[in-house]
Amino acid sequence: MPTFRNSETARGLTLIAPPALFALFLLAVPLAAIFAFSFWSQDFLTIDHTPTLKNYREAFSEPLYGQLMLRSVLIAGSVTLATVVLAYPIAYFVSFHVAANRKSLWIFLITIPFWTSYLIRVFLWKVILGYNGVLNTSLLGIGVIDEPLTFILYNANAVVITLAHAFAPFAILPIFVSLEKIDRSLLEAAQDLGENRIMAFLRVTLPLSVPGVVAAVLIVFIPTIGDYVTPRLVGGPDGLMIANMIQTQFLRLNNAPMGATLAVLAMAIVTVISLIFVFLNRRWLRGRKA
Amino acid sequence: MTWLRGYAALYLLFLYAPIILLPMFAFNDSTIIAFPLSGFTTQWFAEIPNTPALVKSVQTSVFIAVITALLSTTLGICAARAGAKYRFPFKAPILGFIMLPLVLPEIIVAVSILVVLLALGLPLGLWTVVLGHTLICTPFCIAILNSAFSNLDPSLEEASFDLGESRWSTFRLITLPLVMPGIISALLISFTISLDEFIIAFFLTGTEPTLPVYLWGQLRFPQKIPVVMALGTILVALSVVLLIIAEIARRRGIARTGGKDTGGFL
Repeated sequence: MPTFRNSETARGLTLIAPPALFALFLLAVPLAAIFAFSFWSQDFLTIDHTPTLKNYREAFSEPLYGQLMLRSVLIAGSVTLATVVLAYPIAYFVSFHVAANRKSLWIFLITIPFWTSYLIRVFLWKVILGYNGVLNTSLLGIGVIDEPLTFILYNANAVVITLAHAFAPFAILPIFVSLEKIDRSLLEAAQDLGENRIMAFLRVTLPLSVPGVVAAVLIVFIPTIGDYVTPRLVGGPDGLMIANMIQTQFLRLNNAPMGATLAVLAMAIVTVISLIFVFLNRRWLRGRKA
Repeated sequence: MTWLRGYAALYLLFLYAPIILLPMFAFNDSTIIAFPLSGFTTQWFAEIPNTPALVKSVQTSVFIAVITALLSTTLGICAARAGAKYRFPFKAPILGFIMLPLVLPEIIVAVSILVVLLALGLPLGLWTVVLGHTLICTPFCIAILNSAFSNLDPSLEEASFDLGESRWSTFRLITLPLVMPGIISALLISFTISLDEFIIAFFLTGTEPTLPVYLWGQLRFPQKIPVVMALGTILVALSVVLLIIAEIARRRGIARTGGKDTGGFL
């Protein structure tokens, strides 16, 4: 029935058109524009449209940009590692040790803190981690330390702690979903065949939850690299990241083309790292199956 | 597995630490945000309505959030319906592209829209923030509505056609009531996201700051922070209430379409 098929295709396309066009004009066009801007230059308020590689040369020759980029990758990498490693046991706990009818309550409890003001949450981490902060006063109070810890505020550590908090549910949820999909009879089979609990976990549960872990890694790593608020509030001068420089270029130095160049480079780096990660992971999985 | 239970409790403490501290400082009788607490006061809450710039920014944010919620939920309904019901060319790439803002760093979304506005010489204002927010809220709405639409039993709609209802009246009488909880949940979630969003508003706002942009400016002045804490407490209480309503709506929707509860918003 070709007419039916045609009308179904037509209906589908008509329905998808509004969101697709919206994404085209507000995402595809702007991304193309930022790419174009990165090849232009700016004198005060006038933009020179002659294509040039000047911005890219500057981005690669000026050590500050390279340093910020490297730091952003390292911080985002540490945040991802910390978040996923800390999140896995929670996802495992909720999936395997919480009664089925209480699982959604747990997931709800885990997601609640993240729908509350991001700015205020980050600011409160500053209060927790500060010299006279909550953590230091309580540790001093119970006598664990003799003087306030200073390595936890206004540096990269503070950024990692705060972001590991901010992105927790983004890591927990995909891992939880992949754990939920595991057929429990496989675990019984492993135990019947003489594996102990730990070996059954390492050889059955962990490999089967890899897709969730991969999703968690990507969903944490990609947005963190471009975070602006956290490095600015708790990072101090040594914890600033590339997004802070992009903002400075756009809103302070009035150099939109340089800001665009840094944005393009940041996107390129994120894409390359994510692709390498996914590729290595595929190879590893295939290697296991063979 | 007692150690796992203990770990889960510690982890929840880590997750809730900022939210537990917030009301403590909001009711604390001191401008210094640190322990020990010095006494109980409600003066910071009383100052909120007496700060005109703050009241104005709340109004601006609520206005933007309402429009954003309506727009992104409408776009989300279109995409989720198309995704669940129809087959058409390039379906996966189109849907994937619409979902892209979910993983794109927000600063990239913000500066790229800013660049277009600069290039076209368009002024910044409330509507530019609305457009940016709609872009990032739509994928969340789609994620919520997807489960609502895919849990829908197609035989209910077919029955309605067989009984002589038109396509539109079927949608209105059968489909819409069944997915309504999903729609309510999508409206509330996108409202909450827009209300809280900072980076896009920071770049795209004109002369009228949204609430987070206003708060960002206040964080530099230590004497203003207790009022920020008081406001934060109200906001947290409000979002928890909205989220509970959204969660109830979501569960009711799953029950109505006869699906199984798999938990979570995402």
